[in-house]
Amino acid sequence: MMSIVQQLKKDKIAMIGAVIILFLAGIAILAPHITPYDPIELDLENRLSSSDVNHLMGTDNLGRDVLSRVIYGARISLSMATVVVVIVMLLGIAMGTIAGYLGGIIDGTIMRVVDVLLAFPNIILALVIAGILGPSLTNVMIALSAIWWVGYARIIRGSVLSVKEKEFVEAARAMGCSDTHIAIRHILPNVLSPVIVLATLDMGHIILSIAALSFLGLGAQPPIPEWGTMLNEGRPFMETAPHLMIFPGLMIMVVVLAFNFLGDGLRDALDPRMKEVMMK
Amino acid sequence: MIKFIARRLMIAVVVMLGVSLISFSLVFFAPGNPAEVIIRAEIGEEPTLEEIEFFFQEHGLKAPFFTQCAQWLYMITHGDLGTSFRTEEPVLVEFIDRFPATLELAVAAMFIAILISIPLGILAAMKQNSVLDHGSRFVALWGVSMPNFWLGLLLILFFSVRLDLFPCFGYGGIEYLILPAITLGTGMTASLMRLMRASMLEVLRQDYIRTARAKGLMERVVIWKHGFKNALIPVVTVMGMQVGHLLAGAVIVETIFAWPGVGKFLVDGIYARDYPVIQGFILIIALFFVLSNLAVDILYTYLDPRIRYDVKKGMK
Repeated sequence: MMSIVQQLKKDKIAMIGAVIILFLAGIAILAPHITPYDPIELDLENRLSSSDVNHLMGTDNLGRDVLSRVIYGARISLSMATVVVVIVMLLGIAMGTIAGYLGGIIDGTIMRVVDVLLAFPNIILALVIAGILGPSLTNVMIALSAIWWVGYARIIRGSVLSVKEKEFVEAARAMGCSDTHIAIRHILPNVLSPVIVLATLDMGHIILSIAALSFLGLGAQPPIPEWGTMLNEGRPFMETAPHLMIFPGLMIMVVVLAFNFLGDGLRDALDPRMKEVMMK
Repeated sequence: MIKFIARRLMIAVVVMLGVSLISFSLVFFAPGNPAEVIIRAEIGEEPTLEEIEFFFQEHGLKAPFFTQCAQWLYMITHGDLGTSFRTEEPVLVEFIDRFPATLELAVAAMFIAILISIPLGILAAMKQNSVLDHGSRFVALWGVSMPNFWLGLLLILFFSVRLDLFPCFGYGGIEYLILPAITLGTGMTASLMRLMRASMLEVLRQDYIRTARAKGLMERVVIWKHGFKNALIPVVTVMGMQVGHLLAGAVIVETIFAWPGVGKFLVDGIYARDYPVIQGFILIIALFFVLSNLAVDILYTYLDPRIRYDVKKGMK
């Protein structure tokens, strides 16, 4: 584990990603203390003003301070995405371990469900589920959690299958350990590294999906300062107030980019074959 | 080989069965009431209870789950995907009417992606660890991180609103196609570029490349005749797998640019709770996805005999 961190430190792009994520997490946590204005309070006398000293990112069509809304947006996106990633990781790990460890009919059933869910492009199924459940942030999270676990289940199952036959597992079984004990104490720790990479990359993808669904009007509803919702709200004012579109979009891009930078670096650090290529 | 194809076909059939079950259940258990939304749109006022009752009767929405599900399975296996609540046209007809527009957009996006990603990927591999290589990694990560809805809006802002070069939205000649195609193609460009680079690096390490160089071939010949062709195999297969992702991206891009394709119709169907359209469209989209993956799988084994089912089992 230590060598991975050291290797990551050498990867400039990954470090840039990590720094950006820490910074955004910081402003997300401190949002109520650092935002200059209330994110949803209207100020109808100051509508659609562009950047100035009072409003660094200008104001929107209802006079709300864009900077404050963008900062609160970080809070929403990061916390929602974290919740979704944790849910899909736990669900995926549980399903993958059960399938890989028990095998047989249970394995077959779980894997067919995985195949079926993989037959839909992610965003389309999420779109349909969110649309059918009705537009809200919670429903977007339910929709994304319901489909996103399959990638984890697949990876975990594959790793469990290969680890299952190793000698240390056999030794544990000979010592009389229970199945649950073996799965949790001996198998899981050995299959976690690809999951960490996937989860890092998925943080970005999930933030992107939440924003996309909100942009289509199926996620967060006004006046919630979610970035995708803000883009949707700002769209009619594109000509007169382009800043309403620039800043929220920029934030989405920066966050996703940061997670991709870090995830990419993590993958290189954890995959010995890539290391070999880099050494050459 | 035949056994392998038969097995894959079997799995595809099972998957499609599951897909149709999911498409059906999603709508069956949906909380909203389509009758209200649709009748309100038709007559412009709140529907009475009788009107809602009549709508349910007319569309056969009163039967229990298994009856409706069996009916739906019977219908779809006979090529009948139901009738749109909104347009009263068969869903299949609606799909076929709109598919050419989506295809046009997807092909244009793929064209852009191939045109940019393949040469840049090869260059990055040939000059590994150069400024160009690091730059390409940065650009590729930027490309996959760019929200396509935002990119679309920015393109409209600069090229339509500010510079007035292209129309903001709509469907027509090539001037209407360019901005949506760039929006849809950017993500694919980025991922294909990285893949082309990785694949080229892998091939350039092979013994036959060393042999080619050792016998004194020009570097240009080594790269193009021996390297490029072999490096292209995985890229082509991934392109096949990307078809489904293009369709998914098209949903958002079509909505932004008011492109009259399959994706926009699906989103409008979701807003209007047009259940037969939602069911039918996701079924067809999933079918495309399953078939393109199947084709890729078979093509892959055909192109590279070293890869057989057993090897693939462990892969994602």
